[in-house]
Amino acid sequence: MPKLNLRQKENLDGYLFLTPAILFFAVFMVYPFFYSFYLSLQEKTGMKLTDLSFAGLTQYQKVLADPEFISSLINTGIYTFSVVFFQVAIGLLTAVVLNRALIGKTLTRSFFFIPVIISTIVCGVIWTWMYDPAASGLMNRAISIFGIEPIAWLKDPKWAMTSVIVMSIWKWIGYHMVIYLAGLQGISNDYYEAASLEGANVLQKFIHITFPLLSNTTWLLVITSIINSFQIFDQIYTMTNGGPMGATNVIVYFIYKAGFISFDLPYASAAAWLLFVVIFILTLAQLKVQSKNEQ
Amino acid sequence: MQENKYKISRIILAVIMLLLGVLMMVPVLWMVVTSFKTKGEIYLPNWIPSVITMENYETVFSKIPVLKMIGNSLFVSGVATFFQLLIGTLAAYAFARIRFVGRNIIFTIFLGTMMIPGYILTIPLYLIVDKLGMVNTLAALILPRLVSVFAIFMLRQFFYSIPRELDESAFIDGASRFRVLFQIIVPLSKSAYAALLIFSFMNMWNDFMWPLIVTNSETMRTIQVGIAYFKDSNTMDYGATMAASLLASIPILVVFLIANRSFVQGITMTGIKG
Repeated sequence: MPKLNLRQKENLDGYLFLTPAILFFAVFMVYPFFYSFYLSLQEKTGMKLTDLSFAGLTQYQKVLADPEFISSLINTGIYTFSVVFFQVAIGLLTAVVLNRALIGKTLTRSFFFIPVIISTIVCGVIWTWMYDPAASGLMNRAISIFGIEPIAWLKDPKWAMTSVIVMSIWKWIGYHMVIYLAGLQGISNDYYEAASLEGANVLQKFIHITFPLLSNTTWLLVITSIINSFQIFDQIYTMTNGGPMGATNVIVYFIYKAGFISFDLPYASAAAWLLFVVIFILTLAQLKVQSKNEQ
Repeated sequence: MQENKYKISRIILAVIMLLLGVLMMVPVLWMVVTSFKTKGEIYLPNWIPSVITMENYETVFSKIPVLKMIGNSLFVSGVATFFQLLIGTLAAYAFARIRFVGRNIIFTIFLGTMMIPGYILTIPLYLIVDKLGMVNTLAALILPRLVSVFAIFMLRQFFYSIPRELDESAFIDGASRFRVLFQIIVPLSKSAYAALLIFSFMNMWNDFMWPLIVTNSETMRTIQVGIAYFKDSNTMDYGATMAASLLASIPILVVFLIANRSFVQGITMTGIKG
């Protein structure tokens, strides 16, 4: 066997170490990714999942003309907008307060953080119970303290989306808090001391020092939070199944139903690709922010 | 005087935050309390059950194979996490230490796959798993989760921060690459592994849509899917549903209590990832 020179040995070693990862990516990511696009150009012709024939962009036209898809798009937008805003804002406020030397802050942080680690499914189940429409449900008892009449929450088309949004905000506050706490570590105390000497109050310090210096963290959180919220599924599956009357039907739930309840794979794939385009643009924005961060 | 005022305002702030923290915990505590209440008491607002009952847990154990489901979740999460770290280590080492042709291109492609959202792959993956005859097996739950780009990326960053001199001298002395990697680099990266271990495990433990789609018998379900089905089939029996939910949360809560610090670190790393 001829002896390899050093350069050849480096190349061989490199690919040897990468073989498992490359094989995996080829089979379980790259191939299905393009396969999914191929599926979106097909049309169902028989009972079997794989009875398909080429149909061009028909599925895309059908999806875009489907009022259920459009309303799920709007619902996802409403959900995303509300959840992202409150998660980031509340996360920032709690982080700023808990960053100070307060008694019991480790315990308090853990309390905020526990909802993050409990699975979304379990959280959804717990909140469904709290949102019990009976007057004796926990939420209805809580609002009755303020003299508000019982609400049917998840069973009321007017309230269902709000209920899901509140639950999601609760679940992810701790996550945003922790990321902000890490960001706050990077701000030198000198800034605050200088500001104190000039007589700045707490609010002024926050507006002129903390918030601007955290802007990279904020951007990162806003964009990741948008990307994640666009893909909301677990909450909807456990809490509402998209109801009542489609009030909480979101895109990924729409795709799930088309794909695995109606078994129309091409249709579901086309919807998935439309959502992907949106998420792709957002991810590019995120990468741009990130590379700015690293500079 | 000023000093005192400052102290008092801090104490008040600490108490307010602690109370808000307790408020955040209300849903979790309500789950615990409900799970120990008798059917007659479930709709009452008392936070301490007048009788602590185990009947809800008995219902769960008699209706679903809950331990089997938790076992499935532990197995799937454990195996997938192990491979994510192992394959991630090998790939990260290649990217951080070996100069081979095409390194940057391959790395960029790897990073690019992070942009592919999970749901877009579920339909084709289902067809692949179906073709392999693996629908409703634990293997199907693990296979598409064997590699994590995120783990590769984080480990590569961490390996970069280790001075080259440490491992290069051993390499020149004739140690194989595997020895250098597993006896020098990996032990120096303990904190990164701790954080990744927890993060990967938690992600796998909480995974829902894929196990929902790919399993169809009760004994193959992960605990998350089991809970979702149990909730739907026991709509009126919230005591039992809460008991099942608490059982499903115990493993991850235990991990959290043991490794609180690494946990937070793992989450913070995802923030870096974005």
